Amino acid sequence: MLRFIVRRLLQAVLALFVLSVLLFAWLRSLPGGVVSALLGERGTPAAAAELRAQLGLDDPIFVQYWRFLERALRGDFGISNGVYRGEPAWDVFVQRLPATIELSIVAMVIALTLAIPLGYIAARRKGGWLDTGSVVFSLIGVAVPVFFLAYVLKYIFAVQLGWLPPSGRASVGINATHITNMYMLDGLMTREWDAAWDAFKHLILPAVALSSIPFAIIFRITRAAVIDVMEEDYVRTARAKGLTARTIRGRHIMRNALIPVVTIVGLQIGALLAGAVLTEKVFAYQGIGQALAIGFERRDYPVLQVLIMMAALIYIVVNLLVDIAYAVIDPRVRTK
Amino acid sequence: MTSLTKPGDRKKARIDSLAEAGALSDEEGVSLWRSAWHRLRRDPVFLIGAVIIAAFVILAVIAPWIAPHDPAARLLIDQRTTQNPVPGPQPGFPLGADDAGRDMLSRLMVGARQTLIVGVLATLGGFAGGMVLGTIAGGIGGWADTIVMRIVDVMLSIPSLLMAFSLAAMFARPSQWTVILAIAIIQIPIFARLLRGSMMAQRHSDHVLAARALGVRPAPIVFRHMLPNSVGPVIVQGTLVLAVAIIDAAALSFLGLGNPDDTQPEWGQMLGRSQQYFNTHPEVAVYPAVCIIVVALGFTLMGESLREALDPKSRR
Repeated sequence: MLRFIVRRLLQAVLALFVLSVLLFAWLRSLPGGVVSALLGERGTPAAAAELRAQLGLDDPIFVQYWRFLERALRGDFGISNGVYRGEPAWDVFVQRLPATIELSIVAMVIALTLAIPLGYIAARRKGGWLDTGSVVFSLIGVAVPVFFLAYVLKYIFAVQLGWLPPSGRASVGINATHITNMYMLDGLMTREWDAAWDAFKHLILPAVALSSIPFAIIFRITRAAVIDVMEEDYVRTARAKGLTARTIRGRHIMRNALIPVVTIVGLQIGALLAGAVLTEKVFAYQGIGQALAIGFERRDYPVLQVLIMMAALIYIVVNLLVDIAYAVIDPRVRTK
Repeated sequence: MTSLTKPGDRKKARIDSLAEAGALSDEEGVSLWRSAWHRLRRDPVFLIGAVIIAAFVILAVIAPWIAPHDPAARLLIDQRTTQNPVPGPQPGFPLGADDAGRDMLSRLMVGARQTLIVGVLATLGGFAGGMVLGTIAGGIGGWADTIVMRIVDVMLSIPSLLMAFSLAAMFARPSQWTVILAIAIIQIPIFARLLRGSMMAQRHSDHVLAARALGVRPAPIVFRHMLPNSVGPVIVQGTLVLAVAIIDAAALSFLGLGNPDDTQPEWGQMLGRSQQYFNTHPEVAVYPAVCIIVVALGFTLMGESLREALDPKSRR
């Protein structure tokens, strides 16, 4: 077990190292080079020369990479020139991360609570209308561009019906105390129920749009896994023993069928981060996704740099944890 | 769909008789491809997908001749006002025009061609890259396998669409080619993994051992015996990637990283750039979106039914 964790940890460290090299190369290959990328629109020739000297761009490449790494570890990624002009890029990330975590969690909860029961029911009635219907629905779900779905939801429920707010994270005039910067959680913690409710209403549409990505995949994996497991001998044995349907479902079918689902949930975190770029842009939801969207639009490279690196870091760490959790659940993984 | 079975058969004929024994046939002596085709012919999912794709490809080929207007001509530009930036449907223009006064129907028809080009080239690019890496890893094995697979792991450790965004942002002047390149690169690790996996499974199969025992040199073993038998899952993946590539191209345009030149329309570009009109003129977005959804669904249906038909486990 320990050996598995150590090996997996070393892999993650290696991935991070290569990632930092790639990011360094990416920053140097940007249009106009690193100087104009960091200076943005403020770039006068004098400022460029000063920055060149300051960054030591005439030093050997290894020295430059080392300096880049050192700065990155200190959280010094330069100053934003598009998202929040003049603010350190690192602060943009720190301020906006809670919003995206909150959105992703709500989206994942929606996807899981719908996809797992639906996958189970569809598998039990394989070939029935509910099964066929939900399989077709999940295939269409994959085919719809997520930002288009977001616009459709916004058009129907915010613009036409006016049931939910069309954009942002909180209504104007809501006076809320912020502790974690996850607005709904803050409202619940401080018992400002109106603020929590308001934050929740702002979350629904973007979260539903975002949940369409993991929903389709979790549904199909659950369905396929349940179909496989139901044919296993131990399920037949359990039935022959006269166990109740409930015990068979909980202890024999779902416990085994959920193993592949756990892995997929980890892998979907990455898709969720990329999907957040698109949905947060549609709903002007102030998370790291929207910052990335604005960053790409205005070529705010200092912000892009920190956000891409942190997104990859989060993804690597989450999958590391998933793999370890997987090894705990399923002993066969360790010895592979 | 005879084109699918034929390459398999021809390759099969070329493989020497010893190697053939364990290659493509099962107990009943029916080749994997032929048995798959037998099932696909009666599979409604596959047929619906195939009809959609056939219609799409035909439209892509003949669109310039049947489109009622030049897709780049700003014919209704005079009708465009600040209150109403999108001219509506009228005689000769059944779907109205876009925000530059160009005929929507013609743009959708001609757009099929660019959409197909972007999808196919991005998929082929990813396939080619994955083929090189997968063949090195699966064919040589050992240290080459370790190095290549570590590279692939790192590529997979970055969320793929985010990587496409970052790659596209590297170019000062985005174009159709930067879009294709960005989408192709993110597909490489997936293809490489697939190909390596199925080649690894071949390494110890009877026909490869037989060829080795006959003294066939390593390179011909890889290219003539292992590779042709490994392409099944890769073709399935390619079909699914085509759908993803078309959707991803739309996402790139939506973020302003797509092809800015819209004289040759592409559906993803049309959808990506329609955002400012969505709340007032949703039809500008809905038309290309519906096209994308239908075609992406077609490729997905076809890929899924191919996957099921080629999966030996599901053969009954």
